[in-house]
Amino acid sequence: MLPLLPLLILLLSFLAGSAQTVVSGKVKDGKGRPIQGASISLKDTYDGATTDTLGDYHFKTSEKGEQVLLATSIGFKLQEQKITISGATMHMDIVLKQEPNELTAVTITAGSFEASDTKRTTVLNPIDIVTTASANADITSAIKTLPGAQQVGESEGLFVRGGTAQETKVFIDGTLVNNFFFSSVPDIAQRGRFSPFIFKGTVFSAGGYSALYGEALSSALILESVDLPDQSSASVGISTVGLNGGFQKLSKKKNASWGVNYSYTNLAAYFAVVKQRPDNFKIPEFHNGEANFRIKTSKTGMLKFYGYFNYNQLGLRRPDIDSIELKNAFKLTNFNVYGNLSWKEKLGKKWHLYMGASYSNNTDKIGNELQDQHNVPVVMNLEPYDTKSFYVRSDGELAQVKTVLERRLYGLSAIRFGGEYMYFTDKNNYTNQYVTHGITTSEDHFKAAFAEADIYLTNDLAAKFGGRFEHSSQLDKANIVPRISLAYKVGNKAQASLAYGIFYQKPEKDYYLRGYAYNNLLYTKATHYIANYQRVSRDYTLRIEGYYKKYDNLVKTYGTSNAGIIDSVATSGYGEAKGIELFWRDRKTLKNVDYWISYSYLDTKRNYLNFPYAIQPNFAANHTASLVVKKFVTKIKTQFNGSYTFATGRPFYNIRYSNVAGKYQFADQGKTIPYNNLSFSVNYLPTIGNAKTKNFIVWVFSVNNVLGTNQVYGYNYSYNGLRKDPILPTARRFYFVGCFLSFGVDRSDDVINSNL
Amino acid sequence: MKQLFFILLSIVIVSQGIAQSEKFTKAMTANIATFDSAKTADDMLASSAAFERIGDAEKTQWLPYYYASLGQVLYAFMKNDMSQNDAYANKAEELLKKADALQPKNSEISCVKAMIATLRMLVNPQNRWQEYGPVIQTELDNAKTQDPTNPRPYYLQGQNLRNTPEQFGGGCNTAKPVLEEALKKYEAFKPASSIAPTWGKGQVEKTLATCK
Repeated sequence: MLPLLPLLILLLSFLAGSAQTVVSGKVKDGKGRPIQGASISLKDTYDGATTDTLGDYHFKTSEKGEQVLLATSIGFKLQEQKITISGATMHMDIVLKQEPNELTAVTITAGSFEASDTKRTTVLNPIDIVTTASANADITSAIKTLPGAQQVGESEGLFVRGGTAQETKVFIDGTLVNNFFFSSVPDIAQRGRFSPFIFKGTVFSAGGYSALYGEALSSALILESVDLPDQSSASVGISTVGLNGGFQKLSKKKNASWGVNYSYTNLAAYFAVVKQRPDNFKIPEFHNGEANFRIKTSKTGMLKFYGYFNYNQLGLRRPDIDSIELKNAFKLTNFNVYGNLSWKEKLGKKWHLYMGASYSNNTDKIGNELQDQHNVPVVMNLEPYDTKSFYVRSDGELAQVKTVLERRLYGLSAIRFGGEYMYFTDKNNYTNQYVTHGITTSEDHFKAAFAEADIYLTNDLAAKFGGRFEHSSQLDKANIVPRISLAYKVGNKAQASLAYGIFYQKPEKDYYLRGYAYNNLLYTKATHYIANYQRVSRDYTLRIEGYYKKYDNLVKTYGTSNAGIIDSVATSGYGEAKGIELFWRDRKTLKNVDYWISYSYLDTKRNYLNFPYAIQPNFAANHTASLVVKKFVTKIKTQFNGSYTFATGRPFYNIRYSNVAGKYQFADQGKTIPYNNLSFSVNYLPTIGNAKTKNFIVWVFSVNNVLGTNQVYGYNYSYNGLRKDPILPTARRFYFVGCFLSFGVDRSDDVINSNL
Repeated sequence: MKQLFFILLSIVIVSQGIAQSEKFTKAMTANIATFDSAKTADDMLASSAAFERIGDAEKTQWLPYYYASLGQVLYAFMKNDMSQNDAYANKAEELLKKADALQPKNSEISCVKAMIATLRMLVNPQNRWQEYGPVIQTELDNAKTQDPTNPRPYYLQGQNLRNTPEQFGGGCNTAKPVLEEALKKYEAFKPASSIAPTWGKGQVEKTLATCK
């Protein structure tokens, strides 16, 4: 009978098992708040429950003895607990620990606006950059509708929070871009060289940016290029300003691609129809070529190359400000080459490697000629006319390499460190009636090392500590700076951030090239303090940011001339800027309408260049506001974009050297009229939704300054200070009509879904 | 005696095995009933969690994980909080991966893959379409080839078309034939077992009713 014993035991245990035990309790988070929808189970059994709205659970089990109770919920770590079930009713309260999560974790947002297609909700999407009405597909023009940037129409660049355009640097795939904008033309802001379509991510930092970047006192615009295309395709386009064509080929295995693009811009037809204020004796003409390849080097690795070349010419003639009969003829020929190679790879489980190299070479040939009424060159020996005719050839080269290593620590924490090396060479070849081929050069070996740590104390509290060391051979000086930021999550969708940092930038190369910088110059310096509150949900975004920025060692120029001749420069300038900025985006209130409003208040003064004392600089307006609206009308397959920008008048000054006082003084000053710009654009997409065609057509029509409002960017003064001429846009309005086709790719889906 | 012992022992083992599979089928049947009758998001989540417990206890059954994942997806749709979709989708994907490992290349699992991609896309359709649009399409195509008799990929495709504006090639006109095809397949569909997926017919009828 003995062998039957196990059977009996089994039978008994079966009977015993049918007696059920009740297990109940409460599930809470670390702060004692109940967690709804948490799952509780006895390991390896069917028994368990889900918590109710109060975090309570309750289930019955027929299990006995030692068991493992499991508890988990989305966003929390799995909690295991050994329990012994004896048959008596059990009560078990459980506390769950939050799991570090990139989607819900706090992010440091002080100072920066991000437009990218990441998993988290960002303030802007990449497509916003190309559909902003006033921008005409120019990246920085779109950025100008965000808080922090000034509306400066007379010169290119981003003037951020009381900073000059030179204080903003642009980075593509981690490396600095030397000539991001087309070469300067007096009193006319130039566009950025690069198409917004080659970037998938944009971060506009109006201050307090990461230690990975440097040499920008005010702001960093960080662009990330696109990865592999979805499909092979060809494209052509025709517009009121030119033609373009391109081809992208994706390999069969979808692990590599290459592409070429070419565009030709000629404004002859446009200028014939729309009258321009300057006399364009050489109609602007641009040849633009691009080549790229992208290779997936492994499951996690990506090698990208982007190459660009541009050749352009233009010439324009305007009346000379110092006489009634004479004219100034300005002519520019520009040749630019840019190449960027970058590689990203994951090394092992915890390490990431990023390497980038870039090279650029820019040549400007600028000629300025004093001419008479018949456009015949005039040579005069009288000041200021004697120096008005000149020819200069400027060559600038930048080669650089950058390496960043990142190691993941616990949770979302990580450390990053690396270094960069930049080699700048510049050469000017200058000729006027006194000098023939006067050659000046400037060279800098610039090295930097940086380290930064992201520390997540909890999912709700993060800190970023960074440090950066820089050395410039030109200054023969080193600097080391701290960067610190903190972010704390206040509620489900809101967070507050603080940032502090010191930023150095070497004086502009022009001072070296023109031979003024024989003094012992220092790095110019800015210290940023930023406080930010942000609330982002799918439908609304609210951002409020306040800042204080202190400038030290700005460049001061000294001299005794009113024709712009400088005797010496020193880094003895200073200044400050403070302000409050607001951003509100709403995708919900008005049906199918997405709009944002941004407002910036800026209070800034600086004493730099030849300023007699600290004053509000001429590129700074106290109040700037923008409204950007986008609406897609499905019925007519058309998107309507509108934008309105307002800025209060900017100060203008006539600063003259007084021989009596022995220093620079104000001869005249004032404020320009306020700036208003209402712009409108329409995108018509006739082929979308047509399943039979793989081709995609988009028509674009846009007008800048629809109302033709007077816009005055400032004033130019004559040599004797008696005459002042307003600086005006080249035409009252700007119109654009274009048609772009692509074959092989059905982009309808993008458009459909962007408007669902 | 020895023989008797072994006979008895084997009976015990087999009957325990039968009891186990009976217990599984019983638990699944009961859970499928609560799943089918789930009215609120919370009911759906509780049902998904119950399936997950069965899956974790059984370890070799794909259906509990399949239902757990599907329940998680439906929970997300019922919750309708797009900002949370990624977290829900992650959970659903984690469960579906377990089902997929136990039962590779299954038409029903491919359908849920398409649904998870839809969830992710809806977080930000404007930017995510390029990434998830092709995934939805591929998974629905996979589902159709893996089991041509399965009506659910047709239902899901029809539903997607129904929700796409007419101007973009969607709307009732294009959705109707697909939904009708789905209905035909539902009528002919024979589930592999009493606990195999059968859901969707009612939804097809409802969607078709909106197209009249």
